[in-house]
Amino acid sequence: MTWFNANTDKVWDLLLSHLWLSGLPILLGFVIAVPIGWFANRHRRIRGTILSLGGILYTIPSLAFFLVLPSIIGTGFLDPVNVVVALTVYAVAIMVRSAADAFESVSPAVLDAATATGFAPAGRAFLVELPLAGPVLLAGLRVVAVSTVSLVSVGALIGVSNLGSLFTEGYRTDNDAEILIGVIGIVGLALLFDLVLVMAGRLLMPWARTPRRGRSPVSPIMSFAQHLRGGRV
Amino acid sequence: MIEYRSIGKTFADGTEAVGDFSLQLPSRTTTVFVGSSGCGKTTLLRMVNRMVDPSHGQVLIDDVDIATRNKVELRRSIGYVMQEAGLLPHRRVIDNVALMMRLKGASKKEARDRAHEVLETVGLDSSLANRYPAQLSGGQQQRVGVARGLVTDPNILLMDEPFGAVDPIVRDELQQELLRLQRELDKTIVFVTHDIDEAFLLGDQVVILKKGGEIAQVGSPADILAEPAGDFVRSFIGLDKGHRKLHVEERNGSRIVVDETGKATGVLSE
Repeated sequence: MTWFNANTDKVWDLLLSHLWLSGLPILLGFVIAVPIGWFANRHRRIRGTILSLGGILYTIPSLAFFLVLPSIIGTGFLDPVNVVVALTVYAVAIMVRSAADAFESVSPAVLDAATATGFAPAGRAFLVELPLAGPVLLAGLRVVAVSTVSLVSVGALIGVSNLGSLFTEGYRTDNDAEILIGVIGIVGLALLFDLVLVMAGRLLMPWARTPRRGRSPVSPIMSFAQHLRGGRV
Repeated sequence: MIEYRSIGKTFADGTEAVGDFSLQLPSRTTTVFVGSSGCGKTTLLRMVNRMVDPSHGQVLIDDVDIATRNKVELRRSIGYVMQEAGLLPHRRVIDNVALMMRLKGASKKEARDRAHEVLETVGLDSSLANRYPAQLSGGQQQRVGVARGLVTDPNILLMDEPFGAVDPIVRDELQQELLRLQRELDKTIVFVTHDIDEAFLLGDQVVILKKGGEIAQVGSPADILAEPAGDFVRSFIGLDKGHRKLHVEERNGSRIVVDETGKATGVLSE
């Protein structure tokens, strides 16, 4: 606690840089992955190839990736852009599969009805497919968010300051309190991202929480949870 | 008037849904396509709004070949009601109904006002307007589906087994409702079902189909019952099972209508 009180400003700065170093890749990853996932879902034959490519990208060790990137994209060695780019690649790698699954989860009967009522293809994609893919997209994005927040800390090893710097410094100076603050900060930030995403989901997709009737796919756990909340199942 | 001119449809996987089909559907009447699964009835229906394009032949609406018309525009001019309603789960009831008005460029207010009007026409309480489809019963959803089909006041209404997924009591109610609506609105309705009783109840013109869209018989329900064209039709409409051959018996002074198996089905009104 004494260490924290003496270093509040420093921790705060690190928290802020951790925030944008993770926030930006999450956002970019989502924006890039959604159209790719939509495309993969539409073209069954190459779906497998696209998704495997994503899987392979994710297996690149992050530290190696951070080190190699400058020579590929021509950035400086200590440039935080390296971290942002690398984490965006990872975010895309995870998110593409979620996005393809999300679009697959949309009921073909509903899409058929949308076409029959006179949606043009673009209108259908943005006004019907995208919102209906929302719940599964959100689930994928929550995984991406948590994973990105924790991956950012590796950036500290190549000299890009963030909450992970508290680990490297704390380890070097044998300061357990500093390491602990780093852990709390990163976990807290991950929880914060998750909370924001869940709230945004509730706000943007109120329909997804309405109890379903009939044969709609509802997992037993979901119906039990709804039962506990006192909703109709 | 809708006219099929020797149309056929073979799908990409090689299945022939319809071989060679020609028929005229008079305006302001209900034509019912009835047959078992695989008879091509849904394919025939979906050709009217170009959800399916024929492999050969033409479909004409009021003497215009619809192949020359823009698909999206065409669909916006035709009402479509499908099995399980096909409502958009993320839009409230009112917006589901107003949707086609919005797509045709109506203002939000205009579309909503009209949607409220149609919801009333199909007998739905306005308190349901702000619910999501998942919060309605199957019968209510189906009414919303019908309202959506009617909202732009189209000349043609396509109905693809619209009452197939609701229970018999609700189905009965919806069928009567449709008959009432048709008396008021006078649409050209194309209706698809596998239920011959439903076909006879709703159809002015009933088209009994065999495999591959081959017409077994076309006519009014009375014509078909009076002169079934062959054994296929006879068996399809149930004449061979004795449920439709009725005679009158005297019981305690009233005249009871009895079928061939001896089951009483009604009373003869004096």
